[in-house]
Amino acid sequence: MIEANAVYVIVAREFKKFVRERSRLVSTIARPLVWLFLVGGGMSRLVPTGTGPSYIQFIFPGILGMTILFSSIFSSISIIWDKEFGFMKEILVAPISRFSVVVGKATSGMVLSTIQAVIILAFFPLVGLKIGVFQALGIVFVCMVLSFAIAAFGILLASFYESYESFSVIMNFIVMPMFFLSGAMYPVKMMPALLRVFTKLNPLTYGIDALKHLIFPNETGALSADFSLFVDIGVILAASIVFVALAGKAFERKG
Amino acid sequence: MISGKLLHIMIRVENLVKRFGPVTAVDGISFAVAPKTIFGFLGPNGAGKTTTISILCTLLAPTSGEAFINGHDCAAESAAVRRSIGIVFQDSSLDKDLTARENLLFHAYLYRVDASERNRRVEDALKFADLHERADDLVKRFSGGMKRRLEVARGLIHRPKVLFLDEPTLGLDPQSRSNLWEFITRLPKEHDVTIFMTTHYMEEAEVCSRIAIIDKGRIIASGTPGELKKIVGGDVIYLRTEDNKKAAEEIRRLFQIEAAEKEGEIFLSVPRGDSVIPELIREIGERVLSVRMQRPTLNDVFLKLTGKEIREETAASGDDIKEAVRSYRRRHDRG
Repeated sequence: MIEANAVYVIVAREFKKFVRERSRLVSTIARPLVWLFLVGGGMSRLVPTGTGPSYIQFIFPGILGMTILFSSIFSSISIIWDKEFGFMKEILVAPISRFSVVVGKATSGMVLSTIQAVIILAFFPLVGLKIGVFQALGIVFVCMVLSFAIAAFGILLASFYESYESFSVIMNFIVMPMFFLSGAMYPVKMMPALLRVFTKLNPLTYGIDALKHLIFPNETGALSADFSLFVDIGVILAASIVFVALAGKAFERKG
Repeated sequence: MISGKLLHIMIRVENLVKRFGPVTAVDGISFAVAPKTIFGFLGPNGAGKTTTISILCTLLAPTSGEAFINGHDCAAESAAVRRSIGIVFQDSSLDKDLTARENLLFHAYLYRVDASERNRRVEDALKFADLHERADDLVKRFSGGMKRRLEVARGLIHRPKVLFLDEPTLGLDPQSRSNLWEFITRLPKEHDVTIFMTTHYMEEAEVCSRIAIIDKGRIIASGTPGELKKIVGGDVIYLRTEDNKKAAEEIRRLFQIEAAEKEGEIFLSVPRGDSVIPELIREIGERVLSVRMQRPTLNDVFLKLTGKEIREETAASGDDIKEAVRSYRRRHDRG
């Protein structure tokens, strides 16, 4: 059972804190822009891409994915902070189901990540891309489902950790590999076979792939999307359900 | 169906047991609490107080035994129990990055307080906690006493039947501590609420209507503060006279009471010290230099029952138990 009042108030709290903490917004926006312009801009000169999009254009969907990955995980990991500083108890003794807590937290991640992704999306003219209104709406939709799925994954992770010392472990051993094994920086079809296995297990891959479909609808070369849009959306939705269910179960346990 | 008898019991616990692997934190306790009273759960660190609260609050499942709040089974009807209770935990559970008002509003939404009532209740709570002037300040700028008052007021927003206070004055300075007690003792009357509190400060438990003393997971005594103090046997009178030896002999002879000497004073234990003192001074031949009397404290009760002070430590062994429980849960909660 999912209670709307609980989901609403959990999202409202996160949103309020997000708006209040300007520095957090600046740093989450700065990271993808640094990657886009410094890494993407530099590599564009080194990587000849023929008639297709330039390298900086190619990584644009990946950079949107990166924005979503970091902000969704960061949003979910705040559960560890809530546990550490006691606020989680206020939520856990309330007459609401654990699923409401998980869905509320995942929805918070979705709202905050989508806002940040839209800010990054607004930079598209600077890398020389043309994106129409319907394309943009499709992109926002994909950003929403992807950030919900990643946030739910983050909640599942957070349910295994009690203290914020684990934060750097999660960042270095889970989040960074997820980013590099997602097809964000290089096409999945060019990866060695072993890495391709990990890439296919990574939900972020399908989100970025869907974004490639929407941003380069006519591309057919080496830099085109790797899976069909139908597969992409299906995998993300399935992943959301699985992660929410597992995270809800992880929260449900009593000593 | 709630029987007539149950209406007079707000909390009922029967034979409650909680084990964490090899550690038995709560070892078969039973008690009942009447509505609109203050019930004190007293004991040293690691005695099982917080574990009992966690079971009553539906955060932990008992190993065996039963617990009911407002007629609802804590193990089987957690939603109904949760609606009936408010809790102030040992460690603050406020969001320090939100304002006082936002913390209260969060609670009101979480407990589905009617939209028409919500703002009024939040304002009432702010006034009640004497925080209405600081309503829009972030909680991280509040003092310890202000935070506790806010937490108590928050716990009452959804009009619970029972309010749990787990060591509510822990870490507060004496001034805020006495303010908080003044505030807490008003609750049953003003909010129609039953208070269940734990403490290891003996003098604080004196405000309770009834007390249960718990040690090593078992209730070793219960009753009103007055009844418990009777266990000790009454007041202690300390006398200093010109010749203590002679005076002590006289007291033994005239009053048939045991009188002992210690550190230049004679001391004797009597049921009603206040009425014995005038007689003492009148009857004994030696000139009395000073008299003082001590009423028994709950600490004396604990000392008498367990042979140890509640605060001296016991804390060391109590913390060992806490650590054992914590590490057990770390290993097993994760499955």
